[in-house]
Amino acid sequence: MKFSEKWLREWVDPALTTEQLAEQLSMAGLEVDGVEPVASAFTGVVVGEVKSSTQHPNADKLQVTKVDVGGPELLDIVCGASNCREGLKVAVATVGAVLPGDFKIKKTKLRGEPSHGMLCSASELELSEESDGILELPADAPVGKDIREWLQLDDVSFDVDLTPNRADCLGLRGIAREVGVLNNLDVVTPEIPPVEASIEDTLPIRLEAPEACARYLGRVVRGVNMQAESPLWLTEKLRRSGIRSIDPVVDITNYVLLELGQPMHAFDLAKLDTEIVVRMANQDEQITLLDGQKVKLDSDMLVIADKQKAIAFAGVFGGQETGVTAATQDVFLESAFFAPEAITGRARRLGLHTDASHRYERGVDPELQAEAMERATALIIEICGGEAGPVVEAKDNAHLPTANAVTLRAERLARVLGVNIAPEQVTEIFQRLGFAVEALTGQWQVTVPAYRFDISIEEDLIEEVARVYGYNEIPEAAPLARLKMFRTAESKTPLALFQQRLLAAGYQEAITYSFVDPKHQAMLYPNAERLELPHPISVDMSSMRLGLLPGLLSAAGYNQKRQQACVRLFESGLRFVPDQQAENGIRQEAVIGGVLLGAQLAEHWREGNKPVDFYQVKGHVESILAQTGELHEYRFVAANNPALHPGQGAEIYRGDSLVGFCGALHPQFEKTFGLKGRAFVFELLLSAIDTRSVPMAGTISRYPSIRRDIAVIVDRDVAAGELLHAIRNVGANHIVDLHLFDVYQGDSLSEDKQSLAIALTLQATERTLEDADVNESVAQIVSLLQTEFNAILRDS
Amino acid sequence: MAPFLFDFWYYLALQIRAKLPVELAPPLQRTFMDLQAILAAATAAIEAAKTPADLDEVRVSYLGKKGQMTELLKGLGKLSAEERPKAGQEINIAKGQLQTLLNARREALVTAELNQKLEAERIDVTLPGTSVEPGALHPVTRTIQRIEHYFGQLGFAVKQGPEVEDDFHNFDALNIPANHPARADHDTFYFTPSTMLRTQTSGVQIRTMEHEKPPLRIISPGRVYRNDYDQTHTPMFHQVEGLMVDTHVNFAELKGILHDFLHHYFEEDLEIRFRPSYFPFTEPSAEVDVRRKGGDWLEVLGCGMVHPNVLKAVNIDPEEYTGFAFGMGVERLTMLRYGVNDLRAFFENDLRFLRQFS
Repeated sequence: MKFSEKWLREWVDPALTTEQLAEQLSMAGLEVDGVEPVASAFTGVVVGEVKSSTQHPNADKLQVTKVDVGGPELLDIVCGASNCREGLKVAVATVGAVLPGDFKIKKTKLRGEPSHGMLCSASELELSEESDGILELPADAPVGKDIREWLQLDDVSFDVDLTPNRADCLGLRGIAREVGVLNNLDVVTPEIPPVEASIEDTLPIRLEAPEACARYLGRVVRGVNMQAESPLWLTEKLRRSGIRSIDPVVDITNYVLLELGQPMHAFDLAKLDTEIVVRMANQDEQITLLDGQKVKLDSDMLVIADKQKAIAFAGVFGGQETGVTAATQDVFLESAFFAPEAITGRARRLGLHTDASHRYERGVDPELQAEAMERATALIIEICGGEAGPVVEAKDNAHLPTANAVTLRAERLARVLGVNIAPEQVTEIFQRLGFAVEALTGQWQVTVPAYRFDISIEEDLIEEVARVYGYNEIPEAAPLARLKMFRTAESKTPLALFQQRLLAAGYQEAITYSFVDPKHQAMLYPNAERLELPHPISVDMSSMRLGLLPGLLSAAGYNQKRQQACVRLFESGLRFVPDQQAENGIRQEAVIGGVLLGAQLAEHWREGNKPVDFYQVKGHVESILAQTGELHEYRFVAANNPALHPGQGAEIYRGDSLVGFCGALHPQFEKTFGLKGRAFVFELLLSAIDTRSVPMAGTISRYPSIRRDIAVIVDRDVAAGELLHAIRNVGANHIVDLHLFDVYQGDSLSEDKQSLAIALTLQATERTLEDADVNESVAQIVSLLQTEFNAILRDS
Repeated sequence: MAPFLFDFWYYLALQIRAKLPVELAPPLQRTFMDLQAILAAATAAIEAAKTPADLDEVRVSYLGKKGQMTELLKGLGKLSAEERPKAGQEINIAKGQLQTLLNARREALVTAELNQKLEAERIDVTLPGTSVEPGALHPVTRTIQRIEHYFGQLGFAVKQGPEVEDDFHNFDALNIPANHPARADHDTFYFTPSTMLRTQTSGVQIRTMEHEKPPLRIISPGRVYRNDYDQTHTPMFHQVEGLMVDTHVNFAELKGILHDFLHHYFEEDLEIRFRPSYFPFTEPSAEVDVRRKGGDWLEVLGCGMVHPNVLKAVNIDPEEYTGFAFGMGVERLTMLRYGVNDLRAFFENDLRFLRQFS
């Protein structure tokens, strides 16, 4: 809601500066979003009267005028506007004037004729965006008066961002009421005397959907002069409220909307047949709106119709066919109450939003229609002439809202707010708000006026009391609570622990959008079903991610383009996998993943500049898995993941369930993401790794351990991980540690063979092991390797 | 050799001489004169030794089996019976003194040798070390963790929820029925008329209250989505919402906890104001603005007393329980705290931006 400060002060004029007033409104819940001057800075412009206007001797399109600005002599001014004429009151920029844009007015000669000033157009004074000719001032404008003073241009427009509950403030009257309450001042409401009917003409009105429209007022006004100009006071008020002048009738209905908050509509009476019907639209009923747009309506939308057809989208938009035009002579005025439930959401469904729908959706005072009708009629007759018929009111009392009576308990007030407000102060607050209040023992019985239909429960009253009392007057207190520990299992690994691992390995945390480019998804996750946004910001942000790769790889490419040699990023968040078994058909799984690109370390004087490789990213994954305390439960299996390099990718399993993957990105995607060099990636399902074993301490052996190394020759395609896994699982006695310490492929072996060297550490807790013990265990392992992996012991 | 070492030797020799008897019988006197001469020569030899090996030679030539001191002892037999103990004692004292000199010198030589070896191992300690430069949490995560820490210490549990949400949890249960104007204000990304990307994390509060009964203290951080993209809006951003429900939770306490939180978060006692506002799920509702000295008011969070309809929707009796709820925009708090000017920087993931938060 935008309005001029001076207009507000016509109604109520508190002793506050503009800034104080803005602050007061904000602190009462009417948030002032902006305070803008209504006119640009200019000086030296006064009201003048064109005393004579003659053709310029040397220029066809110019006129030479003599203008009275109240000084001792008339001014010679050359003017190029076609509407410049004798007797016209004009805005004169006198010599020395400075117009918007720092344009200085000097004495000059135009084609040989002296010009001591300039006759201004509205746009030259930045009072409108465009203008046709010079500004025409009303005949009663006082010659010589400074135009800023006379037009009250030293004014500001307040832009108030109203919350949906304060529909009562969508008219200036509501704002004024609020300022009156806050400052304990009376509000001067303009007199709106009823306009007596001077003709008999009426149009019958039928309410077919009383739950949607329980009150509809109509009135015929004949002989309206559409060529009349909207007076400056009117267009200025509209302009300062952000509304453009259209024609006098529309300007007047807009004015009433701004002033009282009642949307109105004017039909061209000649285009209507014999009655007005307020009914629900037929499904797919068509109507062409005032702006020329053709829309199809749904059956839950309300329309104004005549006998034949819909003539307006009720509460939203008038119809083009029946709209007022320059040729209109007689109008039919509408002032109606439409129930918010019948309007909300409908305009939006058709992509529409109007000043009327904005108000009706939030609610209009159900008792305002008659007053608004009289106000509009009086203004039309004043500005356009014409004769008014009687007001016809159709209403359905059963569906009209009734005044809300609400009880507020003193105990509840104190309990919710945490402050004791004196009962007489509470009573006074209600009275100031214009509520009918009855103070009973320990409670108040409050009846709210029709315009405060937002108040229907006790909490609404508590809020009103708090608001007027002042939120900042309510003391602050430390919350009181009963202590209650929430259980956190020691075995649950917090995400932060994984994050710390990756940070220590040089990864930066990234946060990428959850919606990504569907093209990227189709490449990385071919054949996977995806959840797509029907109305995305843009196509490349339309597909709910199936994993972290699209976002992370895009971020990696972004950074490489910005000369970052070494890219390490990780992210944690949800992936969205369509799944009919899951709630709302979508499995939302928390994952953690990363991308690694470039050098192993920042270029180092001794370590050089080695590029990252598979085993590095695998090491990072292992350091995360190690947080479970059960690293060896996880198996890396050569994978055929379409996102990964066919020879450098692993899927990670725990038991039979897939936990994640790691490996080199398939090189075919490097170009897609603008990557230089090989990228390594990983992703792990958090729910599969966030449980750790709670330690159970064993006895530390006092006896020495024995290390025994064995080297076996196996086929090259034997996976070392499988072999180690097998050794671990065979259950040979006394093995306390084993690790692979060498892999050899080379000249001394045939091409399809490799040698794996494994260190075994054996130890017992109760004695020193003897050779026989060691030999037995080693023999068991060797025999396993021989049968399972066709291994040959290298040194034997 | 360093001067102080030389002084040490000189001082030691003087001491030994001073202890020699002055008036002695002639044979005895000769023995003592020999002793004195040997001692002087040995001292000089020790001083002259340059290596432990040199020192060994000196030791052998004076204290060895055929060393001069040993010879002197052997000559004791030539003395009379009453002279013998006296002379023997003196010679043994001199031997002891010589051994002390030898030990001291040896220690000095070993130290010097070690020093020389270590000197050769000198490196440039200013060359860079070998390490991986650690990364940093995203500033948004950093802020969320600080918020979680603050409320965690006050006994608020952290709750997570789905981001693809249904209209019951995102709207209906929060007192935003279908066609409520507030729905239009949310710029919701819909999948179907009844499923959407959550526009607020308040749904997590509903999900929690469906399963847990008061007293409740929770916060729910996470991603939320609105279909809006410009200088000051990104289609995805982060919120932390909080909820406390108990028998006597009130607005004064809401003010107290939020003021305390903002004080902690900014580590600065900013000016704070509570401004009446409207949210369908709270009443009374407020927005909270902060202001630095001389600055403008900046909105940082929204809050209020939980609307009775919200409690009813999850079968909590609003007559028995009251609650407060609040919600804050994480990006906004992060921008204010760390001087980030462009909201969009949070999702570009430019390493140069992220590294600043190490």
